[in-house]
Amino acid sequence: MSDSSWLSEIPQLDRHQLLDIRKTLDGAYRSFSREYGDNIEAFFDPLLTFLIWFEKLLLGSPWWLVVAVLAVFAYAASRSWKLTVGVAVAFFLIGFFGMWDNTMRTMSIILVSTLLAILIGIPIGIAMSRSDRVQSTVTPVLDIMQTMPAFVYLIPVVMLLGIGKIPGVIAVIIYAVPPVIRLTNLGIRLVDKEVLEAATAYGASPTQRLFGVQLPLAMPNIMAGINQTIMMALAMVVIASMIGVKGLGQPVLKSITNQYFTLGLMNGLAIVALAIIFDRISQSYAKRTLQNLGGH
Amino acid sequence: MNSHKNSRSNESSSSDDTHCPNKSKTPLIRIKNLYKIFGKDEKKILEQVKAGKSKDEILAETGHTVGLSNINLDVYPGEIFVIMGLSGSGKSTLIRHFNRLIEPTAGEIEVAGSDVMQLSSKDLQDFRRNKMSMVFQRFGLMPHRTVLENIGYGLQVQGVKKAEIKQKATQWLETVGLDGYANQYPGQLSGGQQQRVGLARALCTDADILLMDEAFSALDPLIRSEMQDQLIELQEKLHKTIVFITHDLDEALRLGDRIAILRDGVLVQQGTPVDILLNPVDDYVEAFVKDVNRARALTVETVMQPQICRISAETIGEAVLQMRKSKEDFGYVVNKDGYQGVITQDTLDNVETSDYSNVLDASLLEDVPAVQSDALIETVIPEMLDNILPLPVLNEDGEVEGNLCRSTLADVLSDQPSSEEDKKSTYA
Repeated sequence: MSDSSWLSEIPQLDRHQLLDIRKTLDGAYRSFSREYGDNIEAFFDPLLTFLIWFEKLLLGSPWWLVVAVLAVFAYAASRSWKLTVGVAVAFFLIGFFGMWDNTMRTMSIILVSTLLAILIGIPIGIAMSRSDRVQSTVTPVLDIMQTMPAFVYLIPVVMLLGIGKIPGVIAVIIYAVPPVIRLTNLGIRLVDKEVLEAATAYGASPTQRLFGVQLPLAMPNIMAGINQTIMMALAMVVIASMIGVKGLGQPVLKSITNQYFTLGLMNGLAIVALAIIFDRISQSYAKRTLQNLGGH
Repeated sequence: MNSHKNSRSNESSSSDDTHCPNKSKTPLIRIKNLYKIFGKDEKKILEQVKAGKSKDEILAETGHTVGLSNINLDVYPGEIFVIMGLSGSGKSTLIRHFNRLIEPTAGEIEVAGSDVMQLSSKDLQDFRRNKMSMVFQRFGLMPHRTVLENIGYGLQVQGVKKAEIKQKATQWLETVGLDGYANQYPGQLSGGQQQRVGLARALCTDADILLMDEAFSALDPLIRSEMQDQLIELQEKLHKTIVFITHDLDEALRLGDRIAILRDGVLVQQGTPVDILLNPVDDYVEAFVKDVNRARALTVETVMQPQICRISAETIGEAVLQMRKSKEDFGYVVNKDGYQGVITQDTLDNVETSDYSNVLDASLLEDVPAVQSDALIETVIPEMLDNILPLPVLNEDGEVEGNLCRSTLADVLSDQPSSEEDKKSTYA
């Protein structure tokens, strides 16, 4: 670069320097994954075993049993016959159009991912609500997680763990965990100060305050966060299928590359059906259990 | 409710020390040289406050707010101590220092002989569980718990067994008159009912000290006075030590055994209600007191003249002698059955000397109605207007304690226009 050109052109590293940076970082990461990849994989082994077991359970059970169990869940959560019947019919139709196995696979990975996201997200949200410093460090990380294209963080995950279920679950969690963290934090911060003060005035310990007051009162927000997390996990299914996660995403991916419109549409609709079912069940559960919080 | 309020004020004025009715007892809560400064650098600003800089100066120069400045007060066992001030005067900040919901910048807080400032966080928790309970302006009830669970909250925090909590909570639920609401949620109750729950929750822990932070301020006037009655009634039975925060002087006068007035974080006056009403220390207190309907706030005994002539004679002759000893030209005739009537100098002058040995009988007496010493001035005004002679004031035992004449009454009431007149004139 000549000295005077910085006015017209942005100063830039030359190609060699950039290449060096990339090479160094890639090399370092590669050697890191060679060094520790096995250990990390071993660490995730129990999760993998569980995932496989759960998937087999869903696939191995007779279809009517699965539909019945889901219907019972729907009724227990919502106490609504309409929703219960809707769930049963939706699953029957999914099976009727030949998407049963893929739906079961997707469901198993979604349920496990959501569960993990909640288990990871709520404690982080609580930590954020307790300290402004934690909040100001975690918030930008969440921003990155939500805006960074999913493909970008698929690369290191795949480099580290190869393709398969575990990297899929990790990718889904990274994508889906921010809402539950954010809304747990927000929910706890929004708890009525006077109620919390009352608890303190009566000598409640920090633990009693958290479990007796803050979490129950933050529940509407936390439930909204969980709901969002489920929805985002479902949205991630197609992308996750690119790294070998079996399920409804794969036929969609196949239809994109081969221009099979109907196949894509049907599998897409199955994902939508799953999303609506999860959404309605979790929403009505939240609404039913939290109705006293509204103060109506 | 009248009888209670007034019997208490009896106690306070019968002792000469108007400052504290329970002087013999040691204070249960003692606050010494308490300062609270809000801002980043409290300790540094404290020096400036102590050096005498004003609140406004400090705010302008440093951006720190002086919440409380050099507060000293003692609360005695069994009394209702009212802290009064306008909003922003620091009263809610002050009450939160009693159980350290707010940490002071400097100062000492002593409750029942122990230094609250020295408590570890574990001890502080125990202290809050057992020594004090609190009632909040916006109730502070937990919306996800039923009424009964809310009342039992303090006990639950202490780890008391469920059956016992339920039994105690039910008992307090009934005491505050909410039977049948046990399984409702706070959101389903009216404001007054919610505050009853708040009160029951506070009483359920059996703590000796009750902190009430503008407890009735959010309620409408009728419900508020109902709640005041209920509090007075309960206090008669329970003898708690109550620290009550309010911005309403009528409420303060009605409930308080003693009142402290707070202005811009400084205690400007402490004393009995009568003290505050009759001897306001400065313009601020006077402005407060101005709008009070004194006829409704003061009792007869606080304004009566204690020097009177009692005639306990059996015969007219003795009566004449007794009358001569007194400067007055009338006397209240009493016998073993109590107050009989008024005899005037004129009547006695008209009696022939030969009749002096006759019995002093009712025919010579003027029939002047007596008033009770604990009656509100308002209630005796009609009798006052019907009689030219000063009315005798009887105490609880029926003895004549003093008298109340028109000029005294006029003096007390004319210091200020009564609030009704005030309103009329502003609307006219």
